[in-house]
Amino acid sequence: MVITLFVIISVTFFISKLLPGTPFADDKLTPQIRAQLYEAYGLDQPLYVQYAKYMLNVAQGDLGNSFYYENRPVLQMILERAPVSAFVGIQAVIFGLVVGMVLGIVSALLHNTYWDTAAVVIAVLGVSVPTFVLGPVLQYVFGVKLGWFPIAFFESWRYSVLPSLALSVFVISTVARFVRSEMLEVLGQDYITLAKAKGLSGLAVIVKHVVRNAMIPLVTVLAPLTIYLITGTLVVEQIFAVPGIGEQFVQSVFVNDYAMILGTTVFFSVFFIIALLLQDISYGVIDPRIRVSGAKE
Amino acid sequence: METNRRDLTPDLFRALDVDRREGERIAGPSVGFWKDSWVRLKKNRGAVISLAVLILLFALAFVVGPLLSQYSPYAQDLSRRYSGPSASFWFGTDEFGRDMWTRVWEGTRVSLYIGLLAACLDMFVGVTFGAVSGFLGGRVDDVMQRGIEILNGIPYLVVAILAMVVFNPGIITISIALGITGWTFMARIVRGRMLQLKEQEFALASRSLGASGSRLVRKHLLPNSLGPIIVNLMFTIPAAIFAEAFLSFIGLGIQVPDASLGSLISDGAGEIRFHPYLLWCPSVIFCLLMICFNLLGDGLRDAFDPRMRK
Repeated sequence: MVITLFVIISVTFFISKLLPGTPFADDKLTPQIRAQLYEAYGLDQPLYVQYAKYMLNVAQGDLGNSFYYENRPVLQMILERAPVSAFVGIQAVIFGLVVGMVLGIVSALLHNTYWDTAAVVIAVLGVSVPTFVLGPVLQYVFGVKLGWFPIAFFESWRYSVLPSLALSVFVISTVARFVRSEMLEVLGQDYITLAKAKGLSGLAVIVKHVVRNAMIPLVTVLAPLTIYLITGTLVVEQIFAVPGIGEQFVQSVFVNDYAMILGTTVFFSVFFIIALLLQDISYGVIDPRIRVSGAKE
Repeated sequence: METNRRDLTPDLFRALDVDRREGERIAGPSVGFWKDSWVRLKKNRGAVISLAVLILLFALAFVVGPLLSQYSPYAQDLSRRYSGPSASFWFGTDEFGRDMWTRVWEGTRVSLYIGLLAACLDMFVGVTFGAVSGFLGGRVDDVMQRGIEILNGIPYLVVAILAMVVFNPGIITISIALGITGWTFMARIVRGRMLQLKEQEFALASRSLGASGSRLVRKHLLPNSLGPIIVNLMFTIPAAIFAEAFLSFIGLGIQVPDASLGSLISDGAGEIRFHPYLLWCPSVIFCLLMICFNLLGDGLRDAFDPRMRK
């Protein structure tokens, strides 16, 4: 994990140094002032010195100061913006999980009916229609035509509805597809026949045996979902002008804010690595067979 | 009871005329892997329709589409800006009066190029890496797997964005940026197949006949892994197309005046209030592409490996 992070930070550091242009591209700056700015930010030093300094700072939890936003600490800015992204993301995941599970369960129980087909079609559409098509369409339908929700910015809960909805469609369809196939598999198992033979009511069998067992492998979608959420945030925040980290990252790339680019990349990577780790751990907790075979190696 | 009693003497039996070779014959004609898969694929209605639509889209993008219109995708004519879909401009014109029909197919072509190029890169790097790692095993495998784990920890779009800014955006750069970050999944699949196949009897047979390691991999192990490789490619292509569209959408992909589906959608999104057709046309084509690749991928997966079917 530490090695992964180290590699990521190093790669991003050198890539960001390759970025064309400079963070101080203002024409009004005289060469002297620019040189002073470079000195103040340590940009006049050789690359390896900058690199070593940066690495040492990161190791101490200091992500440096933003070049663009009047020297504010990057970490502070990220932490200010993270809750917004997290709120939109979590809302989308919760909504997506609930709707996706309902869709999946319904379509598995009504296998090979029109309901099932409808659910499958929705799921395929949801995976295929990208957020950047869905976003403008949602803005148009709910924002402009119906006027139910504001189409951009972020001031109250109402502003978070459309971004979350746009994000959640992918979650819905992934979860629905997954739950459906797991449910169908579990429904064919012997222990379901046994549960029925014991005389349990249909509902009890479904709730206690089928759904429970079908939910367990759901953790496997955790990592793909995280990847999706990260990229999704980049798009959705751009479309709906949500002041979150994704928007911050895209903006910092355009204005050559080196420290901010690095900071957000590190943040995304840490987030992603933690998700991967959680997934690995949960595999072991849920399925003891994996733990045993892992111990043998 | 007496009457039922009979001595069984050899002359009561008659040898059946059996052709020894008949024992080798299998009931029903033997069907090869590809034909078998094709038969199964044909039964999957969604996959067949997707395949047909994809062929149609390819044809429109590369050959037919531009031929059906006499306008150039780049020619600007401000006197005809924002004319809606009509008999002469089937998809209308954009804010500079450029013909959307040819622009959309131009964009589709770019998207398909990128998807295919990224898939080729993915296949080349991923398959080689996975084959070497899985076949050699042991310490080499360990080191290579650690490498993959590190690469996996990097959110690929973040890297792709940075790569786009550093290098000149274009079809090749985008494909490479997507290729270098996207091959790990393929490598994992191929490695898994290698580990599984190299212990099987046919591998042992080939080895005992004196086949070298590289021959064994090329002639036996890789051909036997083709199914999963192709299926994975089918999912790589839409992923690459999506990533390119995303990069173009935030303004880092294909640069003006060239078009890609992503940049067209991005332009269209800004005009949605007054000229919604600018968003609809590229979006519909884009969604069609994604849906068809996904469905075809699903169908192929089921066709190559019926046991996986759910």
